[in-house]
Amino acid sequence: MARIFAYIVHKGGVADDSASELIAAAKKIDSSASATAIVIGSGPELDAVCESLRSVYAEIWKISNPSLAYPNAELVRAALTKVLPQGSIVLVTHDHFGLDLAPGLAVKQNAAFVSDVLNIEGIQGNTVKLVRQEFGGQVSTHVRCDISSGAVITLRPGAFKAAGNAAANGNVVDKSAEVGELTARRRYLETLVPEAGDVDITRHDILVSIGRGIQEQENVEIAQELADAFGGAVSCSRPVVDAKWLDKSRQVGSSGKTVKPKVYLACGISGSFQHLAGLKGNPFIIAINKNPKAPIFQVADVGVVDDLLELLPEMTNKLRETVK
Amino acid sequence: MEILVCVKRVPDTSENEIALNSAGNDIERDDLVYSVNEWDNYAVEEALQITCKTGGNVTVVTVGDEEDDEILRREMAMGAKHGVLLSDEAFQGSDGMGIARILAAYVKKNKYDLILTGVQAEAGAAEVGGLMAAMLDYPFASLVNSIEVLDGKLKISREIEGGNREMNEIDLPCVLSIQTGINEPRYVGIRGIRQVASVEVPTYGTSELNLDSASVGGSAAKVQRLDYFVPALGKGAEILTGGREEVVDRLIELVKAKGGLK
Repeated sequence: MARIFAYIVHKGGVADDSASELIAAAKKIDSSASATAIVIGSGPELDAVCESLRSVYAEIWKISNPSLAYPNAELVRAALTKVLPQGSIVLVTHDHFGLDLAPGLAVKQNAAFVSDVLNIEGIQGNTVKLVRQEFGGQVSTHVRCDISSGAVITLRPGAFKAAGNAAANGNVVDKSAEVGELTARRRYLETLVPEAGDVDITRHDILVSIGRGIQEQENVEIAQELADAFGGAVSCSRPVVDAKWLDKSRQVGSSGKTVKPKVYLACGISGSFQHLAGLKGNPFIIAINKNPKAPIFQVADVGVVDDLLELLPEMTNKLRETVK
Repeated sequence: MEILVCVKRVPDTSENEIALNSAGNDIERDDLVYSVNEWDNYAVEEALQITCKTGGNVTVVTVGDEEDDEILRREMAMGAKHGVLLSDEAFQGSDGMGIARILAAYVKKNKYDLILTGVQAEAGAAEVGGLMAAMLDYPFASLVNSIEVLDGKLKISREIEGGNREMNEIDLPCVLSIQTGINEPRYVGIRGIRQVASVEVPTYGTSELNLDSASVGGSAAKVQRLDYFVPALGKGAEILTGGREEVVDRLIELVKAKGGLK
């Protein structure tokens, strides 16, 4: 059985929640596997992360290098290529860093590559059977991956239930010396934080959230009127920001804001996982969508298959009447 | 600057409901409306805006067959100077690694300063740009949402968590995967498409690309889709039915109760 490695994302000396999701996934490939965590960075923060993982992973490879203080995927990939044995299975979280790192790592390792995996249905010989989604989650697929020369697999955040603390006193192995000097033709400069918008959607209990189904800029007003009638705010999914109909500060999702309203009215939002990642605190989700197959109906509490452009104004009118 | 943009023809999810066919081994492809992958269209627009400032040309390339001619011409109508179709029976059944290998072979035979892909297409794999960059040994950045051209390099931002932007410098030549929203793609009219109808679109296969046909296609694919399925719903939403007035009353009641309103 190939050796399994888990690339650990960390920040400020704390390992990301995905660290325990990756080992849960490793166990689904091989229940007897003791996956090795790989932790890359520099300084005392790196040691803190390694220490915290000793209760989760039996072995932790630490790679400390001043040029890795910020995780520039081009440098991280170069470092990994120096230490990973050929034929390894490498698990990476499917987030903005995984998108940067993982495909090229597979090429450099001569390994197979599968991304955004939701489930692992076991291994037979050199073949792993995996579950993915296509078309924004409207359909799922089983995928067969030949791991005879290794594999790099990225896992959807939150799809694997974190395993409990699996290890006791995991062993930290310092691999820094094997890495040596690193250079890359891409250099990290800085991280820009967006300016606060006119409305802080993270502070509202009721969000009327609009997606592609709003169709035109002038229809945004329909959602605003309903939000006003409820005393809430208008938020949105990515296509509305892409079209420049609302400011980026109104976007809910992994690349936007994380919100925790009490009620979330998802209007014309299909429900991609990147969007749902921005919903926390278990809000009551009402989905309004013309497409009965929209993935949002799988996660909503209540759904209405209807045209939001007609339904929303009727709700607004009804609310205004009752106030009178 | 010579820019290559890799594009793909995909079923348009804003025009179609994606459903399984009766055999359950594929999606229902009859009556699907196809268009250029949304991310790729932003990439073409970005390439056009760059060459507008720096000079040079934009070439669009796809791996497929004669049906893909229409999207190449659509992007040429936007302003891409050349369209190239990479097509060969040996390409059938390629996985992402195979598609990247075909595209990389084309890049090796031509000189481009910059190669753009969309972040992802209908399968959500987000893989071809990163795979191709590694095969070419070019630097790569994903999720790019702004590009500024400097001397021999670019200043780019990547979309990372929480609306933050990660600023990077990247040397040319490089591969970037482009995120939606980076620009506002221009409109293409029927007339524009007619104007490029007679432009020759060359087709290249394994021999022109110096590709070993055993390195691409189904037999080389380490990753293979076995089926399509719709998972049994978890709890799923309680779907409200009945007249619209009734539904409106029920929704207002629910929002008030769950939102703590009177």
